[in-house]
Amino acid sequence: MITGYGPIQRTVRVWLPVLFFLFLALLPFYWMAITSIKPNSELYSMRSNPLLVHAPTLKHYIDLLGTTNFLLWTWNTMVVAVISTAISLALGIMLAYPLARINFPGAGLMAIAVASVYLVPQPLLFIPLADVINRLDLGNTLTAVILTYPTMLVPFCAWLLLGYFKTVPMELEEAARIDGASRFQTMRRIFLPLCTPGFISAGIFAFTLAQNEFLYALIFLTKTSVRTVPVGVISELIKGDVFYWGQLMAAALLGSVPVAIIYSFFVEHYVAGLTSGAVKG
Amino acid sequence: MAIHSEPLISVARPRRRAVTLAGWLDRATVFSWLMMAPPILFLLALVGYPLAYGVLLSLQDRIVAQPGVFVGLQNFAKDSQDPVFWRVVINTFVYTGVATVLKMVGGLGLALAMNQHFRFKNIIRALLLLPFIVPTVLSTVAFMWMLDPAFSVINRVLIQFGVPRPGPSWLGNPILAMVSIIAINTWRGLPFYGITLLAGLQTVPTELYEAATIDGASGWQRFRYVTLPLLQPIILIVTLFSVIFTFADFQLVYVLTHGGPQNATNLLATYAFDIGMGSGQLGLGASVALTMLPALALLIVAITLYLKKKS
Repeated sequence: MITGYGPIQRTVRVWLPVLFFLFLALLPFYWMAITSIKPNSELYSMRSNPLLVHAPTLKHYIDLLGTTNFLLWTWNTMVVAVISTAISLALGIMLAYPLARINFPGAGLMAIAVASVYLVPQPLLFIPLADVINRLDLGNTLTAVILTYPTMLVPFCAWLLLGYFKTVPMELEEAARIDGASRFQTMRRIFLPLCTPGFISAGIFAFTLAQNEFLYALIFLTKTSVRTVPVGVISELIKGDVFYWGQLMAAALLGSVPVAIIYSFFVEHYVAGLTSGAVKG
Repeated sequence: MAIHSEPLISVARPRRRAVTLAGWLDRATVFSWLMMAPPILFLLALVGYPLAYGVLLSLQDRIVAQPGVFVGLQNFAKDSQDPVFWRVVINTFVYTGVATVLKMVGGLGLALAMNQHFRFKNIIRALLLLPFIVPTVLSTVAFMWMLDPAFSVINRVLIQFGVPRPGPSWLGNPILAMVSIIAINTWRGLPFYGITLLAGLQTVPTELYEAATIDGASGWQRFRYVTLPLLQPIILIVTLFSVIFTFADFQLVYVLTHGGPQNATNLLATYAFDIGMGSGQLGLGASVALTMLPALALLIVAITLYLKKKS
């Protein structure tokens, strides 16, 4: 595409901006990593070069895994994220399929309603929801967040899948219908198996959103045994003015790893999901 | 009916079956609404009901674990006489406005930088998205450490370049604290803009650029008159989404500054949390949260109208 430039000009034009953005994006992660393996004597010394590590140690990781509930929080986070993603995908499919594939009165209006529910932000709901969860006696149970996360994940999955479903050609379903299959059979046997990539995109997205969630978890989960990683880290690892940064950065890094691994396997699906909403509308 | 004169249509129309249960369930309208009933009921129960209940709460004097007393619009009147509330409203608008502009301009820059040919492009794109996928709370904790009053790595670098010790107090100074939360929000949201706009850039046909080049357009002119107009719809929709989520942001501020120093970074969401959860005044807190609604509703209507026009 770019022609007529020498190698130096090309380096400056292409690589300089890319490396600039890469540097900004990764700097905090570098800082997390290097802090987590520094001994305290280096962390809180003003003399040594802060950007390097001289005597790396795993002490912060050992302390984190041995003396805090970090592993339990990780387990809780996984349970919550997996179940709420599964619920959201199932309910999302039930919303998106008729809206994308069947002509019925009210379909257009429903599609808009789904989009607007997706845009209702959590801060508008958390005070009344806290009262609802209290009355249901679900405080300090994982059920509280498993029930409330889908309130944002269902419209989100439905919205993503709606866009995806519309791109699948109609012929196969029409053929199945002519052969006498019911709508439900057509959907289950013919249509849904075609849409696995769409489910992966929506599922990964929902999963990362569930792992990131903070506000509901902060309000509903106040006991250490039920906490998720974000709430546990903020509420229990930050301890006043004690020096705790090594352990905290180890937790931040480890807490990011599951999301990052899953994401790295499915990055193409993730990007497809990210861009489909905006590009395809 | 004119069916006899138009045999083609009557052939294409499915024969009317005897009304069996299976046949009834298979009707387009019946099947669709039955299929959608569970998710609709779920969302009505856990979004619709809380939203309505929130409105009711905002009209009550309701302390946690006590019955509410209906007080009409008194909570909103209280808000309007509360200087902190107005400070918070201004903060929210400044935070949303500045961060959105930065993300838009930076995201466009990122998209243009990525829309070139170079090696390792897929890996680099994956790495660039990391700030967006990593849990916000955890990356914010890293920034908290980078801005630590005593051991800020940023300050230690700045001091090397001659900034007087101990360097700026990033989270202690009201203006710098606002700068910090805007910068971190931008850091997190920029990849979303960049990658979405990149996808948009890749749909621009190369012939258009070639035609513009043949017509003698400079690089800037190609950007201004070919790229920007074609990207405009995507920029618009990404911006609307981003504005909504920035406007209602909670976690970043809660973790980094708790709204301080002296409410300099308190946003509507964090202030509503302080009042509703912190001091247990559910009614007053709900009224603060609800003041977000007019601005949000306006944006949601804008998105809806836009999507409708597009489809």
